[in-house]
Amino acid sequence: MSHPLIDAVEAPHLKSDPPEFRVGDTVDVHTRIIEGEKERTQVFNGVVIARRGHGFNASFTVRRIVANQGVERTFLVHSPRVLKVESKRHGKVRRAKLYYLRDRVGKSRRLREKRRVPTKASTPAPVPEPVAVAEVAGEPV
Amino acid sequence: MIPAILGTKVGMTRVCDDKGAVTPVSVVSAGPCTVLQVRTPDCDGYHAVQMGFKDVKPHRSTKPLIGHAAKAGSGPKRFSREIRLSVASDVSPGDVLTVEQFVEGVAYVDVTGTSKGRGFAGVMKRHGFGGQQATHGVERKHRSAGSIGGHSNIGLGRGVKKGKKMPGHFGHTRTTQRNMKLVGVDRERNLLLIEGSLPGPAGGMVVVRISKTKS
Repeated sequence: MSHPLIDAVEAPHLKSDPPEFRVGDTVDVHTRIIEGEKERTQVFNGVVIARRGHGFNASFTVRRIVANQGVERTFLVHSPRVLKVESKRHGKVRRAKLYYLRDRVGKSRRLREKRRVPTKASTPAPVPEPVAVAEVAGEPV
Repeated sequence: MIPAILGTKVGMTRVCDDKGAVTPVSVVSAGPCTVLQVRTPDCDGYHAVQMGFKDVKPHRSTKPLIGHAAKAGSGPKRFSREIRLSVASDVSPGDVLTVEQFVEGVAYVDVTGTSKGRGFAGVMKRHGFGGQQATHGVERKHRSAGSIGGHSNIGLGRGVKKGKKMPGHFGHTRTTQRNMKLVGVDRERNLLLIEGSLPGPAGGMVVVRISKTKS
């Protein structure tokens, strides 16, 4: 559900190049931490177990194990505090929400890796050659 | 300046500042409103401005409303409301009011709308009663109110006290939310961004007034 006016309100807050990753990916989330005057970058590493929402409301949940304790953090995709999301590994998954990982212990927690053909956006786009169309454009057929 | 404007609730979203602090906001599509009538003490006994919002096709309107709007040189409007003023205003019928007047110096607003109708509701939903126990012998009465009074209420006469909170129709009433923070104004699209939730469903009409008590 979306409304054109709501999209217009959200538009200036959206990132022009939202990070690309999917559910099941093992990612490094680089977040900006502001402590008073100082600012530093913190990295949260884990498996993306869910993506939800659209527009500025889009968020994703990352799960990792810290000291044998499951930790989940939810980030807004378009938050300026999320600097970068690096996809390290693509897990082979068959559903959109990997909540079943919460019940998994030990080795079964792992996801099988999937070799994915790099998508267009993740590889640097080839420089388009300048095409001579100027002469043709002037005369509509 | 008229300290109010009519609009419709569009829905909710969130906005953030450059540091990443996120604010939930309601989006109100407000104005442009046409002044339909100006009430004066000489004629009506009080100061007020009547404004109309959103055009409606003449064949969906009524002749009295079309005639009333025509006096101000406008077509019939879907919603019209009167805003009471303490002093005379500088507007005249036919003037158009926009969100422009909310741009400067307005930090808080009061929003009046019609709350979502919930139909015939029980006391737990309608009045926040606690209901009764799940166990300990309670049968088929887990969400009921309990006692509504003794056999003879001293000083009150017999019967149930007037105003006793009971099940009944809930919602769809005029509701005012006071001192809502005005987060932003979009002049191009005639939008007001107000922090937090507003009464009524998306698409419902609201009256946004400059806050009475807080500035």
